[in-house]
Amino acid sequence: MKKLLVSPAPHIHGKDSTQGLMRDVIIALSPSLLVSIYFFGFSAIKLAFVGAITCLLVEFAIQKYIIKGKVTVNDYSAALTGLLLALNLPPNSPSWLVFIGAIVAIGVAKMSFGGIGQNLFNPALVGRVFLLVSFPVIMTDWTTPVSWFREGIDATSGATALSIVKEGLSKGMTMDQIFEANNFSYAEMLFSKIGGSVGEVSALALLVGLVYLLIRRVIRPHIPLSIIGSVMVLSGIFWIIDPTHNPDPIFTILTGGLLIGSIFMATDYVTSPMSTKGMIIFGVGIGVITVLIRNFGAYPEGISFAILIMNATVPLLNNFYKPKRFGKEVKNG
Amino acid sequence: MSRTFSIGGIHPHDHKISVNASIEDFPLMDMAYISVSQHLGAPAEPVVAKGDTVKVGQLIAKASGFISANIHSSVSGTVTAVEPMPDISGNLIPHIVIKVEGDVWDESIDRSPKIVKEIKASSKEIIDIIAKSGIVGLGGAAFPTHIKLSPPPGKKAEYLLINGAECEPYLTSDYRVMLEYPEQMLIGTKIMMMALGVEKAYIGIEENKPKALKLLKKIASKSYKEIKVVSLKKRYPQGGEKQLIDAIIHRQVPSMGLPIDVGVVVQNVGTALAVYEAVQKNKPLFDGIVTVTGGCMTEQRNFRLRVGTNFERIMYAIGGFPKDAVKLISGGPMMGKAISRMDAATVKSTSALLLLTDEETRRGEEGNCIRCAKCVEACPMGLEPYLLNRLARAGRIDDLETNLIQDCIECGCCFYSCPSNIPLLDTIRLAKGQVLRIIRSRPKK
Amino acid sequence: MTTTILFTVVSLSVLGLLLALVLYLVAQKFKVEEDPRIDDVEAILPGANCGGCGYAGCRAFAEGCVKADSLDALYCPVGGNDTMKNVASYLGMEVAEKAPQVAVVRCNGNCDSRPKTNHYDGYSSCAVMASLYAGDTACSFGCLGQGDCVVVCNFDAIKMDPRTGLPEVDQDKCTACGACVKACPKFIIELRNKGPKNRRIFVSCINKDKGGVARKACAVACIGCFKCQKVCPFDAITMSNNLAYIDYNKCKLCRKCVTECPTHAIWEVNFPVRVPKKEEEPVVEQ
Repeated sequence: MKKLLVSPAPHIHGKDSTQGLMRDVIIALSPSLLVSIYFFGFSAIKLAFVGAITCLLVEFAIQKYIIKGKVTVNDYSAALTGLLLALNLPPNSPSWLVFIGAIVAIGVAKMSFGGIGQNLFNPALVGRVFLLVSFPVIMTDWTTPVSWFREGIDATSGATALSIVKEGLSKGMTMDQIFEANNFSYAEMLFSKIGGSVGEVSALALLVGLVYLLIRRVIRPHIPLSIIGSVMVLSGIFWIIDPTHNPDPIFTILTGGLLIGSIFMATDYVTSPMSTKGMIIFGVGIGVITVLIRNFGAYPEGISFAILIMNATVPLLNNFYKPKRFGKEVKNG
Repeated sequence: MSRTFSIGGIHPHDHKISVNASIEDFPLMDMAYISVSQHLGAPAEPVVAKGDTVKVGQLIAKASGFISANIHSSVSGTVTAVEPMPDISGNLIPHIVIKVEGDVWDESIDRSPKIVKEIKASSKEIIDIIAKSGIVGLGGAAFPTHIKLSPPPGKKAEYLLINGAECEPYLTSDYRVMLEYPEQMLIGTKIMMMALGVEKAYIGIEENKPKALKLLKKIASKSYKEIKVVSLKKRYPQGGEKQLIDAIIHRQVPSMGLPIDVGVVVQNVGTALAVYEAVQKNKPLFDGIVTVTGGCMTEQRNFRLRVGTNFERIMYAIGGFPKDAVKLISGGPMMGKAISRMDAATVKSTSALLLLTDEETRRGEEGNCIRCAKCVEACPMGLEPYLLNRLARAGRIDDLETNLIQDCIECGCCFYSCPSNIPLLDTIRLAKGQVLRIIRSRPKK
Repeated sequence: MTTTILFTVVSLSVLGLLLALVLYLVAQKFKVEEDPRIDDVEAILPGANCGGCGYAGCRAFAEGCVKADSLDALYCPVGGNDTMKNVASYLGMEVAEKAPQVAVVRCNGNCDSRPKTNHYDGYSSCAVMASLYAGDTACSFGCLGQGDCVVVCNFDAIKMDPRTGLPEVDQDKCTACGACVKACPKFIIELRNKGPKNRRIFVSCINKDKGGVARKACAVACIGCFKCQKVCPFDAITMSNNLAYIDYNKCKLCRKCVTECPTHAIWEVNFPVRVPKKEEEPVVEQ
């Protein structure tokens, strides 16, 4: 008699796999990666490569030699963390910077909590913030390296739009004056670089990635939309009160790490809430904290800190905001 | 505009490869192995012994206890034994073993193909006939139908819902019944409406069955106006009792409740046909429509199969066990039971036999939970399977009850959508049983 | 500069002293009056908090001991007789010595003697498997091999043997706390006396099917033939539901039943290896 295979139901499985989901996120990141290679040339490739490889090696080494358990590097999550970390750094960063950041991201923020699924904070952001606090000078040197694609253009000291604005405002300039002095335009923010980290360039490339992720059902729209929505509302309120000394909502959305943060960092599965209600509160919290840091804090960019702060509230959000239960409200039709 | 349920759900490929296989009579077998436990509740007690001759449709086991059902012989011949035999899970259950001799039916059964439209029985008589005929729910749970059609005092039925969703992939037995016995099914529905004393009934059919929808709408609008045929979106688990009620009349059965709590009784299409045959044709329940299907089979079939047919016999009839198949499932791929013994036999609630290959069914390696919340998104009851799994593995019974594990309908959407192949439903099902036992053992207020 | 330091030191010291005073007063006011002996008894206990005594942890057991009139019903399986003697002498009570026990796995159906009849592909838990069906062999009573007993052991005393697919108890580490007994959904594991010189004899089978059915499923099953019961000079063996059972209180370890059993279902543990006679097989130390 044939030996049958026996298991409890269900006997079929959907097509989703961890590897497939991570791969989709990497694909969604590729427009930004390509754009940054265009603008920054070899530096972008170098950073992305060192970041991804270091993360993979650190995870492999810890899983195989320290924990002595199963090695799961082939689920692409470490490689993704490395890429995201690289995209958050200034284009002129040395290799050792991203190397150290990767070790902190995987070793401290991910593996010491128990590996994938167990970490409380977004590993790429922990790496980035660690570097920002430890090496503030390098992390704020926005010198644009020469890209072989854009011959004839010299290395420029392209400070990020946000830091320009912050500096200008502290000097007493008005928003219009700052825009004039620097030739800011929305078109430029959307399509090309305005000075920023490797991944902050070209909002359009990031938005293409968002659409891809939504179509492939990798993420749901609640987090990105609530972050962007709350940022627009709060910055809009400040702008209406005083348009000369506060940036307008469109500027706020298109500059800095807001888009990459809301599309790729805040939506990280492990560190975001599990119910739609929780996701919306999470997003609103990030948006509010970001705007407050940008307008009142010492740092020009606030989204990294905002996401990390809200990461800490996620277990509480999961506890109190459960999904809608079937049968709890008696509807009558 | 197709209706659907409000929370969760998944969209597996429907694999309705057997959709064009019209119902054929399964060739009569040599031996029948009829289990006394083919329904929810107490097993029936045999009323025949070794050496007795029986006819098709003769009572061979009596219902014992309040929740139980009669069992009738599906063959004619001599009883060779009444002894314990393994069921599909390998558990020993008493079976009545009959050596088949000829095909002699009980004289009271009307075998003519004429459709009997006039319903002569009264409401009380209908319930008695259904009970006498051993009719149980053919949607899978095999709950005795006469009990379901007699709501307890204090609860009144407003609607009867007929479940024609057939949301499980691969299954087409209900669809073929709707195509080939539409009027009989509608008469069966009307009979059940009379038994319940309701004036309105709905038949819910998924929109991937356009022919059935069109045919039933045509017949119902002409002669059975009190029965409304409703189109449902193709989605799993659209055919789940609670989801069906939510979709069609927008009422949600409360936690730990039954459909009758919201004034509804749900019955399967196959049950409606069985009720027609029992009340109008005097035919007790001893056979059913079974889809035998699978990608690895050369030909897909829909059989009218008699109860007690040995699985080996069925494999023989389809040309042998397919070379590539590794799993034989009684039921659909989402909620069916994997058969561990080929020497077991079919029961009343067998609605399909599905053969799957290694590639289609072998589970992937379990990984860590990545907290993607796809299981939460998929759960039609609004539960959090990742959390229930974690609590179950930690043995935290109180927290499981707080998180409503008792409401799990065991549909399998959570495991289906988990990218890390975590066997969520395995642990949840076990823990749910433990929690229910504790809840039910509490003294009632 | 120095005034800053002086102010800082003084103010923080005063704050510290004030808070310490508050803590002391609160600790005194809300002190729970407890029998001081409970702390001492707890210190005697091994501190494994395994629940083998039936109480919720060592402290609860210590409380139970102090409040009890007699220690007869109380026993810590981890600490054993030595610990109970110490507790008794501290509390000024007498305690009877209990025979040390060990967990015994009453199934010997390995991959060779009990062949698989199907492949299990579900979650690797014996409880899940047992609730699903009768198992992946023809014996519906036998060990399912998924290791629920291994997972639940606090003392690392039970491990799955990959060659046989059966659990193996390390008699030195086993404390007879009973966790594995409760965890096994087939009730295969039993706590039995360790025996003099750690020697014990037991029927390594719990199959209740008729002899023919049991033997067909497993080559070393108990077939309920009564031979062991007939040959036992101490009336230690009872038969019920086609299964033999040896009462460990009556068994005098004479080993007559071991040689008599036609299917080698009865095991002897920690005896010297016998010189093999004509039809007999030498019994291996477990």
